[in-house]
Amino acid sequence: MQMSAAPSTVPPAQASTAQASAARAVELDRASVVFGRGAGAVTALAPTTLRIGHGAFVALVGPSGCGKSTILKLVSSLLRPSDGSVVVGGREASVRALRIGMAFQNPTLLPWLTIERNVMLPLKIVPPFRHDFRRERTRAFRDRVHALLARVGLQDFAGHYPWQLSGGMLQRANLCRALIHEPDLLLLDEPFGALDQFTREELWQDLQALYLERRPTVLLVTHDLREAGYLATRICVMSPRPGRIISDRPIDLPQPRDIDLIYRPDFVEMTQSLRELIAQVRK
Amino acid sequence: MSNLRIRICSAALIFGFFAMWEVLCLWLQVSDLLLPRPTEIAATLWTRFPVLWPHILQTLYSTLTGFGLGVIIGVTLGVLIGTSRLAYGVAYPLLVGFSSIPKVAVVPIFVLWFGSGTTPAILTAMVICVFPIVVNIATGLATTEPELEDVLKTLGASRSEILWNVGLPRAMPYFFASLKVAVTLSFVGAVLSETVASNRGIGNVMMTASSNFQTSLLFAGLFVLAAMGVALYAVFSFLEARVTGWATRKTDIAVT
Repeated sequence: MQMSAAPSTVPPAQASTAQASAARAVELDRASVVFGRGAGAVTALAPTTLRIGHGAFVALVGPSGCGKSTILKLVSSLLRPSDGSVVVGGREASVRALRIGMAFQNPTLLPWLTIERNVMLPLKIVPPFRHDFRRERTRAFRDRVHALLARVGLQDFAGHYPWQLSGGMLQRANLCRALIHEPDLLLLDEPFGALDQFTREELWQDLQALYLERRPTVLLVTHDLREAGYLATRICVMSPRPGRIISDRPIDLPQPRDIDLIYRPDFVEMTQSLRELIAQVRK
Repeated sequence: MSNLRIRICSAALIFGFFAMWEVLCLWLQVSDLLLPRPTEIAATLWTRFPVLWPHILQTLYSTLTGFGLGVIIGVTLGVLIGTSRLAYGVAYPLLVGFSSIPKVAVVPIFVLWFGSGTTPAILTAMVICVFPIVVNIATGLATTEPELEDVLKTLGASRSEILWNVGLPRAMPYFFASLKVAVTLSFVGAVLSETVASNRGIGNVMMTASSNFQTSLLFAGLFVLAAMGVALYAVFSFLEARVTGWATRKTDIAVT
């Protein structure tokens, strides 16, 4: 698969030219994050180099607190690197050269808006949609939101408020909000963490279908190795705090993948080896 | 207990209160110069209503104008303080200092500056209601979950967009809770100022009635004030339920 073309062993010098950067969606070059100063300083992320090509689906796995979410925050420019650089779409992360969609672990839907208005929110903020928002919010944008909600089985809940929905429904709506503005870069921070296995598998399939439709670049943070293996085209394993990437491997299984895949022996073997790797570094 | 039964009991309590008042006055033969019976007060209210009406309008005007100004100033200050941690820390002690001044004390100052009449009433109504609004708006903004703001930040929203789409809606329940308190307070402020320095308004009517031993008119004024206070409170309760139903998870707002 194309993903294996961008392993983390590419020398930094080669990537520093503008041309090379533009070819990639995300580029972390020895980026690190340190909170606080002096003796009380906490290193959330050790210098990390990670390059992600356009259209890749990268899963970041590793023990809790290893800095997985920190990488997402760097890429979405919620955080600035203490050192090193974070380049997104060939520009510095804060420039927002790429359209970003993000879904967090908690479905952070705004409680005062209906599901429809929540999902519509990115269209109100993100260019070029924002220019047409006033005109289209009751027409084209509304249809668009309803069509996407229908894709994940929420068509009858557009007028409901977040607290009226179950956890699984909220995560579906959350995913819709991350996708409504057709992002080039989708950042997912354990979006299925709090769900039961069946709902999770359903949502994996939904996400895979949505991914294959437009092929945005995806960076998925997860604890779940089966989730990573089923969805991703490349898996990066991180060490405990201060985190850094210790393993980077492509998953060369053809897509779309059938959900039964996760119970096949070779798949189980692959997740087992990842599991052992993480178990080792946790010690 | 069901809602209906609570309401019936509540109405019975109000009626019982007045009935007891009436009966005790008759039984103990209390002079109507000291404490008139509710029926006498009602009769006075009815016969003197044409005289009272302009004063009611005057008090309502002072209250609502002062309240309106108070809301504008309160929201502005609240947004400034609530959106900046620095401003929150720096300005809070001064605000607490201002708020701890008994508001009666500012009336003479306003009278000195603007003369007696409507202006000091409006200003008193204003200063008395600013503080609860500032504190509530600032608290609502300052306690906004960072996760909700992050949603907008990742979309590349500007600070003002975050304020409009997250901060202010999030602060609305706090704002409306403060409005219910603030409108009653500005009413207190306006009447207070009228009793001290005005020749119009319910507060002035009551002072005049008091000095003329027109006890039942005095109480009639009190009833009018109570009724106006309840009415204003009810208006803002209604608005609160409409605008911030999401915060109390009212099912009836959820139907589209």
